[in-house]
Amino acid sequence: MAYRIVNKSQLSENVFRIDVEAPLVAQARKAGQFVIVSPEAEAGERIPLTIAGADQEKGTIRLIFQRVGKTTAQMAEIPEGGALGYVAGPLGRPTHIEKFGTVVCVGGGIGVAPLLPIAEAMKDAGNTVVSILGARTKDLLILEEQFTSLSDESIIVTDDGSYGRKALVTEPLQEVCARSPKPDLAVAIGPAIMMKFCCEVTRRYGVPTQVSLNTIMVDGTGMCGGCRVEVGGQTRFVCVDGPEFDGHQVNFDLMMRRMDAYKDLEKRALQQYKDHQCKIGLDRK
Amino acid sequence: MPTHPVDIDMNEQEKYLQELLTKQAQGQLKPKDRYAIKPQDMPAQDAVKRRHAMSEVALGYTETQARLEAMRCLQCANAPCVEGCPVRIRIRDFIGEITKGQYDRALEIIKENSLLPAVCGRVCPQEVQCQERCTVGKKFKDVNMSVSIGRLERYAADLAHGGGQTPAVAPPTGKKVAVIGSGPGGIVVAADTRRAGHEVTLFEAFHKPGGVMVYGIPEFRLPKAIVQEEIDVLKKMGVKIVCNFIVGRTRTIEQLMKEDGFEAVYVGVGAGLPKFMGIEGEHLVGVYSANEYLTRANLMKAYEFGKGADTPIAVSKKVAVLGGGNVAMDAARMAVRLGAEKVYLVYRRSETEMPARIEEVRHAKEEGVIFCTLQNPKRILGNDAGQVVGMECLRYELGEPDESGRRRPVAIGGSEFVMNVDTVIVAIGNGANPLIQQTTPGLEFNQWGNIVVDENCRTSMKGVYAGGDIVLGTATVILAMGQGRIAAQAINTDLAK
Ligand SMILES: Cc1cc2nc3c(=O)[nH]c(=O)nc-3n(C[C@H](O)[C@H](O)[C@H](O)COP(=O)(O)OP(=O)(O)OC[C@H]3O[C@@H](n4cnc5c(N)ncnc54)[C@H](O)[C@@H]3O)c2cc1C
Ligand SMILES: Cc1cc2nc3c(=O)[nH]c(=O)nc-3n(C[C@H](O)[C@H](O)[C@H](O)COP(=O)(O)OP(=O)(O)OC[C@H]3O[C@@H](n4cnc5c(N)ncnc54)[C@H](O)[C@@H]3O)c2cc1C
Ligand code: SF4
Ligand code: SF4
Ligand code: FES
Repeated sequence: MAYRIVNKSQLSENVFRIDVEAPLVAQARKAGQFVIVSPEAEAGERIPLTIAGADQEKGTIRLIFQRVGKTTAQMAEIPEGGALGYVAGPLGRPTHIEKFGTVVCVGGGIGVAPLLPIAEAMKDAGNTVVSILGARTKDLLILEEQFTSLSDESIIVTDDGSYGRKALVTEPLQEVCARSPKPDLAVAIGPAIMMKFCCEVTRRYGVPTQVSLNTIMVDGTGMCGGCRVEVGGQTRFVCVDGPEFDGHQVNFDLMMRRMDAYKDLEKRALQQYKDHQCKIGLDRK
Repeated sequence: MPTHPVDIDMNEQEKYLQELLTKQAQGQLKPKDRYAIKPQDMPAQDAVKRRHAMSEVALGYTETQARLEAMRCLQCANAPCVEGCPVRIRIRDFIGEITKGQYDRALEIIKENSLLPAVCGRVCPQEVQCQERCTVGKKFKDVNMSVSIGRLERYAADLAHGGGQTPAVAPPTGKKVAVIGSGPGGIVVAADTRRAGHEVTLFEAFHKPGGVMVYGIPEFRLPKAIVQEEIDVLKKMGVKIVCNFIVGRTRTIEQLMKEDGFEAVYVGVGAGLPKFMGIEGEHLVGVYSANEYLTRANLMKAYEFGKGADTPIAVSKKVAVLGGGNVAMDAARMAVRLGAEKVYLVYRRSETEMPARIEEVRHAKEEGVIFCTLQNPKRILGNDAGQVVGMECLRYELGEPDESGRRRPVAIGGSEFVMNVDTVIVAIGNGANPLIQQTTPGLEFNQWGNIVVDENCRTSMKGVYAGGDIVLGTATVILAMGQGRIAAQAINTDLAK
């Protein structure tokens, strides 16, 4: 298995899309699952990335990743025709797909990528799909076309108003939830802080909400416990019990703390988040 | 070269050995002469220097030491030691060969029953297995006086280092065997079924084969090169090794059997779902499971951070390790090596009840690990940033024995105190990984999530066999190997039908 990158493109300044040879993963994967990859075969960090799509015939999977640190930067350097060290998966439980009725899909920043296969599967299952995509600014918006073509309704927001509505994703989400009939399900994927606030909105309207958690992982098979989160007061492992959970049960505050050891106060965490590339501000009222 | 005191000792020891050998040749060596031979200590790296070294601590016997130690064996007619070994190595016989200097022959005897002598010699809990039964230890009423069977096993295995023979493989049977998990159990099944001529594929979820021997047990106790040699032997025998393949996810057992043509599947996926204590503060930054801590350190070489290894690990000043088994010792000793100033080992019973190997306890103490027995955490304390700043503990005393026969620890009311630590490593055991259970309908599991097998390691599903930690709960390398042996035997028998 060579894990060759057969196709590579840059979606925005720091977001890359690659199609990687991994025939068995391409065959087995379902919406909502992820892989563990490493740019090097021996050393190197193992990082989780959601499978954004697959081509079973070509035996490739599609990954969309944001350059945030060393490993993703290293991956961004690998040219088309080059290869990853390894790809292991698919991991995690697949998304529960059925005909719910109306599903509102909310994606923020890089979270838009993992949301795509889920939105597609929801649509295929006969749901009415309303999508809400958010980015800090126009240039950082990804996969807009794919979402507009699959959704029954799509809403784009940017923090700075450079494109679509000048708002945070929670604003249109609240409007959609306030409609009658209200949506049957919300799926929110993005930075933890975004998911947290989305869940606060949907909770008010009693709309069940699925979130996909992106904790730090080591093995991705349930062996280390590094990915643990508290859901409904219980310790759960994101890699084997998730990555999707009932957002109303997730203790996001604990999760955010675990995800960044360098943040001193939650206030500062918010500030840092604002400066972060994949930011969709949420603290404006 | 300046003469070193050790050299003089060695010469005297050599003379002593020669005398003993002469006596033996004349048939005049009495048990009392054998009892008089001092147990040979294993040379070890200096305790201070090794605090900063990842290389192996126990250096192994010299030839003279090995033969002297072997001379301590009484060659008992009934060899009670053998009963204590889970794979029934012919201990008396291989030790006899060592006294004669027939090291190759000794290794051959060991290999009849154990495929991984270099590993077991190092990591077996001998004091509760073979050495516990040894007549010499019984005579002195001290298990530490028993013949050092494990060390002798290691000696014989290390001599053959690299030069071990590749076992012969029978002509192809055209049957395919899948082995899931490359721990000690899986390695043995792969070797034994391949020898019988089957086409064998070993699937491993991680990017490196070897199981816990690679990602759990640290380099300073079990050099990775030893495990790698065993893997290389498998490759030479023609076993196909497929890494980064997660059975249950990449392919299910059903797919392997129905679509990929495997007629027999051995499940040796280990335990490895870390348990936490369920106390307040376990989600704080700085709390690790031992699995995570050791995996980061071993497999991802976090200790070489900045030198090509990218997996970060907390730089800790004061570390508390919770538990009293081998895993806890390994985590504590690893923390020492990663530069912690103070490492506390917190255990709720007393030292006598600790399940860790005696040698590991001793090594940990020599390296400066501070033992805090009869204490247990009540909660972990954090600061506003969610980082560990301390641990509130309770003192314990020992009460009546419980089901396990060990005295039950009882908390002393009002004895709370705070321990200043910035890192907490939880090493209180592993549960069963649910992945195979979730993805293999029809396979029977018990209430703890362990696979149910019969005495031949056959599961409730036809063609599926299991062994090691996923069956036994948390066990040992040798027990996993022993089950691998049994399972391979069953596979070979069933496939011959
Ligand atoms: C199930 C799952 C699916 C994921 N899917 C995707 C995906 O499809 N595309 C994508 O771009 N990313 C995804 N992530 C996040 C991705 O794994 C991290 O961005 C990556 O590990 C960062 O590695 P690095 O070495 O480049 O950065 P590091 O040097 O490790 O970190 C750089 C910065 O990123 C932050 N960071 C580290 N790990 C994570 C993480 N897991 N989540 C969020 N921030 C993190 C750090 O706090 C730091 O600020 C997913 C994570 C999980 C758990
Ligand atoms: C830190 C530590 C120290 C220890 N010290 C000692 C000691 O001193 N002496 C001793 O005798 N024992 C010791 N043990 C216990 C011993 O290592 C285990 O009992 C033994 O390794 C179990 O072997 P196993 O065959 O069940 O497989 P394991 O060694 O547990 O390996 C299982 C393998 O299966 C892989 N796997 C899991 N799921 C899948 C899947 N779905 N698909 C593919 N592959 C999968 C895993 O990645 C792993 O490589 C220690 C354990 C630990 C963690
Ligand atoms: S394998 Fe282990 S128990 Fe058996 S003789 Fe060797 S050291 Fe003793
Ligand atoms: S019991 Fe001890 S002395 Fe007797 S044969 Fe075994 S190792 Fe030798
Ligand atoms: S990533 Fe290790 S248990 Fe989930």
